[in-house]
Amino acid sequence: MDEHKVRWKHDSNVRVPFAVYSDENTAAREQERIFRGAVWNYLCLDVELPRSGSYRTTFAGETPVVVTRDADGEIYAFENRCSHRGALIALEKSGTADSFQCVYHAWSYNRQGDLTGIAFEKGVKGKGGMPASFCKDEHSPRKLRVAVFCGLVFGSFSEDVPSIEEYLGDEICQRIERVLNKPVEVIGRFTQALPNNWKLYVENVRDSYHASLLHTFFTTFELNRLSQKGGVIVDGGGGNHVSFSMVEESSADASYKEQGLRSDNSKFRLRDTTVLELFPEIKDGITVQILSVFPGFVLQQHLNCLAVRQVLPKGTDHSELNWTYLGYIDDTPELRTVRLKQLNLVGPAGFISMEDGCVGGFVERGIAGAADLDAVVEMGGDATTSSEGRATEAAIRGFWKVYRQHMGQEGVK
Amino acid sequence: MMIDLLQIAAFNATYAQTIDSDALEQWPTFFTADCRYRVTNIENEAAGLPAGLIWVDSRDMLYDRITAMREANVYEQQRYRHLVGLPIVKSADRANAVAETPFLVVRTMHTGETTVFATGTYRDRFVVEDSKLLLAERVVACDSSVTDTLLVIPF
Repeated sequence: MDEHKVRWKHDSNVRVPFAVYSDENTAAREQERIFRGAVWNYLCLDVELPRSGSYRTTFAGETPVVVTRDADGEIYAFENRCSHRGALIALEKSGTADSFQCVYHAWSYNRQGDLTGIAFEKGVKGKGGMPASFCKDEHSPRKLRVAVFCGLVFGSFSEDVPSIEEYLGDEICQRIERVLNKPVEVIGRFTQALPNNWKLYVENVRDSYHASLLHTFFTTFELNRLSQKGGVIVDGGGGNHVSFSMVEESSADASYKEQGLRSDNSKFRLRDTTVLELFPEIKDGITVQILSVFPGFVLQQHLNCLAVRQVLPKGTDHSELNWTYLGYIDDTPELRTVRLKQLNLVGPAGFISMEDGCVGGFVERGIAGAADLDAVVEMGGDATTSSEGRATEAAIRGFWKVYRQHMGQEGVK
Repeated sequence: MMIDLLQIAAFNATYAQTIDSDALEQWPTFFTADCRYRVTNIENEAAGLPAGLIWVDSRDMLYDRITAMREANVYEQQRYRHLVGLPIVKSADRANAVAETPFLVVRTMHTGETTVFATGTYRDRFVVEDSKLLLAERVVACDSSVTDTLLVIPF
């Protein structure tokens, strides 16, 4: 094992060694120290577990997890691994269950993940069976601590992780609350398979610098972006961030359609501009807010298009991005239509940001021969703090700061 | 004359050829002006969830998608090959038809990498306008909930 394959050459995070995306040992250690370490992994939404017995299967990193709601109304999460031979306990993406039974040898578990039954525990006709000394209580799959914030369900394998509010930080909490301020419902789910290491995507989310450069939809159609102001918030620890665009309060009610589309002489014009119509609802002038939580959670408010995204590693060179689109339960039909129409702007087929699906692959392929070299992450200096404007890579450096703490890669080797 | 299976099959063949031969500027002409077009997956459809990766309620939005693809979006060169099965005609009269047709889309990248990109069914509502068969609605219900990398060329 090559412990030093990933060499950080600076204490600050202005250089990121390319090996961090490809090294197998690093990937294995991430599973232990990050995803099963002192972090909160996003698991699902509270509303996706509507009643007693509802469950969903998901992942903390690559570790399979079952999330359930028990009769006491509380949410529980446990490793989706039978404590007998290790097979998956629950196979479906979601469902309702009184209890869980492994299909292999019918070991059974209650909704809190306790091992409750062993087939032929006493043997058959007095022969075989488990030794009397075997204690079921000591053989449950690993359980996760669960925390729910604004309907977002997080889980942690760590006893040491701080409370969810402390982990998120005050500013991040407020920014989640401004979006998830009333009951939501799921309006669709899609998964995007990304041809790159998971960290290239979470960097992309924190990268406010690339937006107008890679994504040329607005400039091609000569759309005046209403959002003239913007900024980046990095939480105290560095791992969580918000990037946002906003209009002045006074013009917050104006729609993109009214202000955004001009110029009869522009070369390319949208025929149907309703896709850009903004329905003012939160009324604080913030038109776009992309929020990330270490390691792999994103909350998106893009105009009226609301979504949560869950980034999951799949080996060193692939990852999966799970999109769950949301509406508020009290949406009028007109508002729901606005939300659905704006789905065209983001996601795997999004006018504005489909490029985020391929650009990580371009990096992945570009660095194939560069394991000893570094990426340059120096826009805005070496700061990992909040700033006005978007020409900064502060939130990316913040991610690496927290990443290195978890991975024990602080300091220069 | 009643809309029949052969007419719908011929429509689909031309539709697929239009996309696969990169004549995408013609793609919107297969739809009515106030058409519905949506790309989703069977899990969303089964759960009654209305979202789409592409969600369209006018033909102009189809034209815009092609303009954006040609002029704005960044992606690697790629092409599709559609194999479209025989339609199951659920109802038909002179002016309207409802049909469901299976499809397979193979994507070939400029690198030569060829993969099955999507399978699913077209869930269609056809109308006849000026004696021309057109789609009033096409729901592209993909079998898989996973889209690889990005979706830029329509199905």
